[in-house]
Amino acid sequence: MQGRRMKNRGPVQKPKNLKGTVRRLYVYLKPYRFRLLLVVIGVMLTSLASVTGTAFLRPIFNNHIVPLIGQKSPDLSGFIRLLILLACVYAVGILSNFLYSRQMVRITANVLDRIRTDLFRHMETLPIRYFDTHTNGDLMSRYTNDIDSLREMISRGIPQLISSLITVTGVFFVMVFMSPLLTIMILSMLGLMILIVRVIGGKSGKFFMERQKQIGSVNGFIEEMITGQKVVKVFCHEEQSIADFEALNTKLCQADTSANIFANILMPIIGNLSHMNYALTAAAGGALVIAGLLDIGTIASFLQYSRTFTQPITQSSQQINSILLALAGAERIFEMMDEDSEVDEGYVSLVNASTDADGAIRESDTYTGRWAWRHPHSATGDVTYTPLEGDVRFYDVTFGYNENKAVLHDISLYAKPGQKIAFVGATGAGKTTISNLINRFYDVPDGKIRYDGININKIRKADLRRSLAMVLQDTQLFTGTVRDNIRYGKLDATDEEIVRAAKLANAHGFIMRLPDGYDTMLTTNGANLSQGQRQLLAIARAAVANAPVLILDEATSSIDTHTEKQIERGMDKLMHGRTTFVIAHRLSTVRNADAIMVLEQGRIIERGDHSDLIAQHGKYYELYTGALELS
Amino acid sequence: MKKYLDCLKGYWVYTILAPVMIMLEVALELLIPRVMSRIIDSAIPSRDMALILKFGGIMIALALLSLVFGVLSGRFASIASVGFASRLRTKLFCKLQEFSFANLDRFSTASLVTRLTTDVTNTQNAFMMMIRIMFRAPFMMIFACIMAVQINRSLFRIFYAALPILLVTAVIVIIKGYPRFMQMLNRYDSLNASVQENLTGIRVVKAYVREDYETSKFASASADLRDTMIRAEKLVVSAMPVLTLVMNASLIAVSWLGGRQIIAGNMTVGELMSYNSYIMQILLSLLMVAMIFVSLVLSRASFRRIGQVLTEESTVSDKDADPDIAPEDGTVDFEHVSFSYAQTPVLRDVCLHIPSGQMVGIIGPTGSSKSSLVQLIPRLYDATEGCVRVGGQDVRRYALHPLRNAVAMVLQKNVLFSGTIRENLLWGDPGATDEEIAAACRAAQADEFITSFPEGYDTYLEQGGVNLSGGQKQRLCIARALLKHPRILILDDSTSAVDTATDSRIRSALRSQHGDITTIVIAQRIASVQDADQIIVLDDGEVQDTGTHEQLLQRNTIYREMYESQVKEGC
Repeated sequence: MQGRRMKNRGPVQKPKNLKGTVRRLYVYLKPYRFRLLLVVIGVMLTSLASVTGTAFLRPIFNNHIVPLIGQKSPDLSGFIRLLILLACVYAVGILSNFLYSRQMVRITANVLDRIRTDLFRHMETLPIRYFDTHTNGDLMSRYTNDIDSLREMISRGIPQLISSLITVTGVFFVMVFMSPLLTIMILSMLGLMILIVRVIGGKSGKFFMERQKQIGSVNGFIEEMITGQKVVKVFCHEEQSIADFEALNTKLCQADTSANIFANILMPIIGNLSHMNYALTAAAGGALVIAGLLDIGTIASFLQYSRTFTQPITQSSQQINSILLALAGAERIFEMMDEDSEVDEGYVSLVNASTDADGAIRESDTYTGRWAWRHPHSATGDVTYTPLEGDVRFYDVTFGYNENKAVLHDISLYAKPGQKIAFVGATGAGKTTISNLINRFYDVPDGKIRYDGININKIRKADLRRSLAMVLQDTQLFTGTVRDNIRYGKLDATDEEIVRAAKLANAHGFIMRLPDGYDTMLTTNGANLSQGQRQLLAIARAAVANAPVLILDEATSSIDTHTEKQIERGMDKLMHGRTTFVIAHRLSTVRNADAIMVLEQGRIIERGDHSDLIAQHGKYYELYTGALELS
Repeated sequence: MKKYLDCLKGYWVYTILAPVMIMLEVALELLIPRVMSRIIDSAIPSRDMALILKFGGIMIALALLSLVFGVLSGRFASIASVGFASRLRTKLFCKLQEFSFANLDRFSTASLVTRLTTDVTNTQNAFMMMIRIMFRAPFMMIFACIMAVQINRSLFRIFYAALPILLVTAVIVIIKGYPRFMQMLNRYDSLNASVQENLTGIRVVKAYVREDYETSKFASASADLRDTMIRAEKLVVSAMPVLTLVMNASLIAVSWLGGRQIIAGNMTVGELMSYNSYIMQILLSLLMVAMIFVSLVLSRASFRRIGQVLTEESTVSDKDADPDIAPEDGTVDFEHVSFSYAQTPVLRDVCLHIPSGQMVGIIGPTGSSKSSLVQLIPRLYDATEGCVRVGGQDVRRYALHPLRNAVAMVLQKNVLFSGTIRENLLWGDPGATDEEIAAACRAAQADEFITSFPEGYDTYLEQGGVNLSGGQKQRLCIARALLKHPRILILDDSTSAVDTATDSRIRSALRSQHGDITTIVIAQRIASVQDADQIIVLDDGEVQDTGTHEQLLQRNTIYREMYESQVKEGC
């Protein structure tokens, strides 16, 4: 039932293109390659120091303790020299550990910062289409889970792997050098340990799958119930939902226990196998000493080595798994970075303009309050200027979000500067799609839509969008103050401009009633405001942008008719002299439009002004008189 | 803390047995080096193979026993920690069911979901670490120290110097590290919040060409996170070399002092070797503590966030209620009721009398607190001043269930649940027959579209009904409320997506079939309330006027304005 939630929670996902991912990751590490080299040297020195330190046990016992036993005035100078040497070895190890681990913290933090910022920067350039086809949760997990496992890998996984490699190789050679026989014994013990780890690991997989499934269904249930918690209360459904929850939770508890037991007995098993290894080393070593094949000092070293040698190997599968997991995460991050950005081949830009004495438009470096399109012609090298007026025309536009299903069919329309055009129709009729085409959230073939006579595909997207102010269906506010949120429409707006915009949108009154007025902090999309108040802020935000074309997509759907009436004057002022596209659910808001387009299944089925359409007694008439349900 | 301990009910045995098993495991494994020293000291000098086999056998046996205890401890710890988490989840879920609307408003939906899912998993892992490693490390240290003292008391003096340094280091790391990690976590949270914001608001970002602005905001937040991360992590990684330094110094000192004692004949070679093993064990236990420290700090945040839910007091409680009474009829009275929400006054001195069985309309501009007014009736919120009466009794005299069973409310935000249409309708009355369900749906004008579905009442609603239109959802919600057989039915803007003709059919069905139910309708459309017995005009939290449609049309300017904008020009 909640199967959809489990997509991202499969078992360990292995990266598909290991080599490519590693190469990409290296690009981020490259600026630190010198310091990374030092880190690698540091890790090597640290492990070598520890391997060498243990090797010292042999000469300590063999040369400086055992031969001197019972001597009245032993010569300890050699012993002291050896211990000083040992201290030096340890000192090297500790110092390099100290230096490399601090370096590593810096490198990790910086690399992650760069990856995160690059990912975000790229995300901001992705086309709307990308966000349509990926869930927020999926994209979010790249910033959280994937970056986390990457951090784990860079800061711990890789140094540990290097250290393990050095330790295992170092210890192996020292052991072979000291006693090949004992080495063979330790190796065979190691084989047994690996085998056991494999068997247990294989068995636990099934339990982990079951646990993931149960977690998925419990979490799905929790999510649904919390979303509907108020309904639960209104229907006194608390006990029932607790009972349903208990049933799911008990199943999870069982599956989780089985999975956890397997995971948790692995550590003691490995630990105690290594104790057995220690015991066998001591016993076999003792026997070899008796047989005259070994000395006491070697046993002392070997007893320590039996641990340092097997531990990294038994843990290696875990380490490699976590590295693979991180690389799979990195791959997802890079995949997103490789997504194509919004293409913008536009070259027509928006510039400040002034008019000469002879009426010709000139480009100006300073703010003039007037704008013009700067249109360079590659063929002739000329530059022409067209004043920004807000004339929008559609010529037979057919469009679909995917190729085989058109959402709009043969839409032709024009909006002269200052006109108000309204779109009316049921959900899915294509109203919002039209506005999405005007601001090029989606692109249509060349020449189909013209803005001030210019093919919009030739206009730079940023400049095109700057000339359009939008109030969208889903009001989105950002963490910050009320003032910041209005200023979003125009970053350099003065406080006076902001207040003026707020007054225009009729938001000033309620803002002043907020605890800190314009400096009230809004959190989580303005949770402390009502839906209607959020919409007023969104309208103020559009007002401050002061663009010649205005798109209102269901901008007043959550504002009651009375308040709407009050805003209307402000809206009228806002719309005055601006080309306005209004998408409205409520028909009272579109009545005074210059032209109303009634859309049905992507086609304009009726068009005209209010009285024309009422007179037609068609769909609009039915909608308007409330005989038809709009939803 | 007590709240967490409650969750261990039924798992106490395992919670205690797990560390006990660990203690036994540690004790046995730490005996092994001691036995080893016997091989070196007695078996080898006497060249006795049988003795070697004997001691070897003892060591293997110890390791096997220790393995058994280890496996048992792993098993018990798993049962205890999974059980703990499971209980904690249930406890949280039950707590959530006690929450009033005011409580729910204080936490966002997403944050509650995180608390019940990710945070519970984190505490489960932390609990596991606590009962295993937090016990294992000190046991190991203490046992290793005991063994070391037994072998040679004078050598142990080295630890008098070493242990304080280690402890002080650990304490410094914990005291200084905790706030740094908390700071890091906070930065991390706000960074994630801004990603989330950009994901949901990408259209706004793009429409206002604010990509660069957002990126620079993000970049500076990310750099902040980087800096706090370096500060926090540096501290932890700096502690490691200190630990190694102390242990290595001890190792050298032991070799030197021990070696001299052996030479002087006060100690044996085997004893020194096992001494070395014990030092390694102590180092290992300290490393373990250092390793889990960071994870425990991270889980502190989860514990705290769960704690916030557990300690949240429900703002609406049953404690002054008489559990045996239920509303007798559908009379509703407001006596000088004022209501503040988050210190902001929302309703001021509201006085109303609604006789049982009336149909009442409430109308007023956005923000005039229409919803707040009706939410006081089933005690979704409590009035700050004054008294709300249902059936003549103060609502606080009723227990919540009898009160809410008598008051059915269709919320502005309609939620249906995954399941069939029938299952959703049964929320109103689990025992409803098919006829009752169909009757309610007919009254709510939902019967027609439901039966038009191929699977009728057994149509499965995906994700709370995304496959239904807004108007269809609203009608289902009304049917669900009707099935409760309430004395009072509140429709909070519940027909906004329903066409006017259907809307009026719903109202006339309510009147003819459920005439005894007091019906309170909040609406934007005057048409939805104009035939009500009385209409309440609410403005800025105050009752501006009450009366019938005709009366209000004559004397009330707000009402007339709304009427004119909607109706008159409409036809």
